[in-house]
Amino acid sequence: MSKQKISNWGGYPVVESEIIKMNHPGTFSGKRGDTIARGLGRSYGDSSLAETIVDVTGIDRFLAFDDETGVLRCEAGVSFATILEFFVPKGWFLPVTPGTKFITVGGAIASDVHGKNHHKEVCFGNWVSEMKILLASGETVLCSPTEKSDLFYATIGGMGLTGIILEAEFALKKIETSFIKQEALPAENLDTVMRLFDESKEFTYSVAWIDCLAKGKNLGKSILFRGEHANLIDIKDTPFANTPLFYHNKGMLGVPFNFPSGSLNSLTIKLFNGFYYMMNKMKGSGITHLDPFFYPLDAIANWNRIYGKKGFLQYQFVLPLSNSRDGMREVLQAIAVEGRGSFLAVLKLFGKQESMISFPQEGYTLALDFPIMPGLLKFLTKLDEIVLKHGGRFYFTKDSRLDPDTFKKGYPRLAEFLEIKKKYDPDGVFSSRQSKRLELT
Amino acid sequence: MKNCLIIGAGSDVAKALAVEFAKEGFNLQLAGRNVEDIGKTAADLQIRYEIKVETLYLDVLKFETHPDFFNNLNPKPEVVVAAAGLLGDQKVTERDQSATLRVINTNFTGIVSLLNEFANYFENQGRGSIIGISSVAGDRGRMKNYIYGAAKAGFTAYLSGLRQRLSRKGVEVLSVQPGFINTKMLQGVETPKPLTAEPEQVAKMIYNGFRSKKHVIYTPGYWRVIMFIVRSIPERIFVKLDL
Repeated sequence: MSKQKISNWGGYPVVESEIIKMNHPGTFSGKRGDTIARGLGRSYGDSSLAETIVDVTGIDRFLAFDDETGVLRCEAGVSFATILEFFVPKGWFLPVTPGTKFITVGGAIASDVHGKNHHKEVCFGNWVSEMKILLASGETVLCSPTEKSDLFYATIGGMGLTGIILEAEFALKKIETSFIKQEALPAENLDTVMRLFDESKEFTYSVAWIDCLAKGKNLGKSILFRGEHANLIDIKDTPFANTPLFYHNKGMLGVPFNFPSGSLNSLTIKLFNGFYYMMNKMKGSGITHLDPFFYPLDAIANWNRIYGKKGFLQYQFVLPLSNSRDGMREVLQAIAVEGRGSFLAVLKLFGKQESMISFPQEGYTLALDFPIMPGLLKFLTKLDEIVLKHGGRFYFTKDSRLDPDTFKKGYPRLAEFLEIKKKYDPDGVFSSRQSKRLELT
Repeated sequence: MKNCLIIGAGSDVAKALAVEFAKEGFNLQLAGRNVEDIGKTAADLQIRYEIKVETLYLDVLKFETHPDFFNNLNPKPEVVVAAAGLLGDQKVTERDQSATLRVINTNFTGIVSLLNEFANYFENQGRGSIIGISSVAGDRGRMKNYIYGAAKAGFTAYLSGLRQRLSRKGVEVLSVQPGFINTKMLQGVETPKPLTAEPEQVAKMIYNGFRSKKHVIYTPGYWRVIMFIVRSIPERIFVKLDL
């Protein structure tokens, strides 16, 4: 089999891999070593890159649906986009969704993805009741909170290192309409936005967009969006009243080529953020379709290309609640001083979560992305220090550059996870470029 | 509601074709050997398109079971798709009798045994459709796959004769001549990329061919030209080629 060049959403790193397309569940023969499952490649760095990549997007069938409880069973390659396409019109929505719908169920579990409702409804893994996993031995096993529970909990957020997820069962959420009641609240600085997050705890969804280039008394200038699923009564006077569960996978506006690297300089970002801030200040609240509310960037296919050929780095960390205010201030100051604006800077308050190596923990998280330019790595090392100083940790799914020590400090239950991995994969068949870089495998 | 039976429902083209029929509101009967896998496809189509989908065990090679398989079908379908196929390994089939017979019986004898039941039934009904998925490999025997090609040539001839017989009785017969398709049948076989179609693409063409009551379609259409040229090569030249 020939090797192919491949990278994930950030475009960095690029590796040469043998890609095996799994067309039929369970046809993978184990004992290869350096093998990892991959879905739609929306992790940003090297989480799903390895010598041998098992592409699971070909196993994508719905297997059972209970329209009383909303429990859906499907194969791991089913995408969130497909679930939305078929279930929103029936009145069901994903229990948790990140900012893109172009991810697979398997990937959502492996990354234990979070969304705008983490403070109320935790991560995607929280909604999973059973999984079928292909182990390194070639054996296929079922696991759940009551059966092989160690494997079950290690696989949620386990970055594919325990085996290949073949099937999963999870609950969808009942909705009356496909619309969201949204409020956009401008905040002039970090203190204000944090107060707004506190005041928004009862809202199902909340997230803020930060203008990273604002300085001084405006440090942390942002817009907080909060929302609830609209009920029928909420849309009765709108043009959508007769089509409450409207859903359409419309054609996407694509970015057809890579922008010249460097076209996103601090000025363009400043303009963009300023414009965005103004626009939302005026907009206030209203009814919006769930698609633009949850997936604003999905409307632009390949938006990652605006960063040019060199790609970009995503940087996401979470700080414990007690240190969040000081830590965030320090990080934002460092970014503003350096003038390295991030095109996307998203702030979110996480709720409590018990998990093995899933990313979220109670406190504030900030997601940034930076085009790859000279001096960036050095700058990020500076940010790493600030994050560590405040007891924070980093997100596997977005990382492609951290060193093992920096990463491991944030995850006290890592040893426990690795014990379970060893139990189910004694020969170390499953590993990714990331797990090797971080010295987990 | 109309019913469509797919024989060999485990194949990738069959799965894609099942989606096309499901989208149009057909209820489906999916028949094949791997009922566990076919059952999953059935569940998927049922959930997506809110149609009835039945999973049926059928072994094309077990000729003696065919009459019962037909008799037990309830309801009887209005459309039958013969999608079962086995490429086999040419080198093995040249030397191993059982391998040769398996290829011939899967692609030809077994399918003919089954389709005869439906042909007679449709003839009596005065309506019905038969879709046979043959192959361009049957258009001219080549050393790389002539056992498979010979079986498909037989199947193509069968469909042609069947069409002539039944077209005057209100029954439609569609012959499908696919070229390379990116399926598990060709896994590990090197095929020229620009000439390799996706199963979904081929399935759409087959459905459209069925809808517009075509007799013979090549999928994609350029294979008609390619095979015309291949058939036109004089034998004395052909024997020297490595096609």
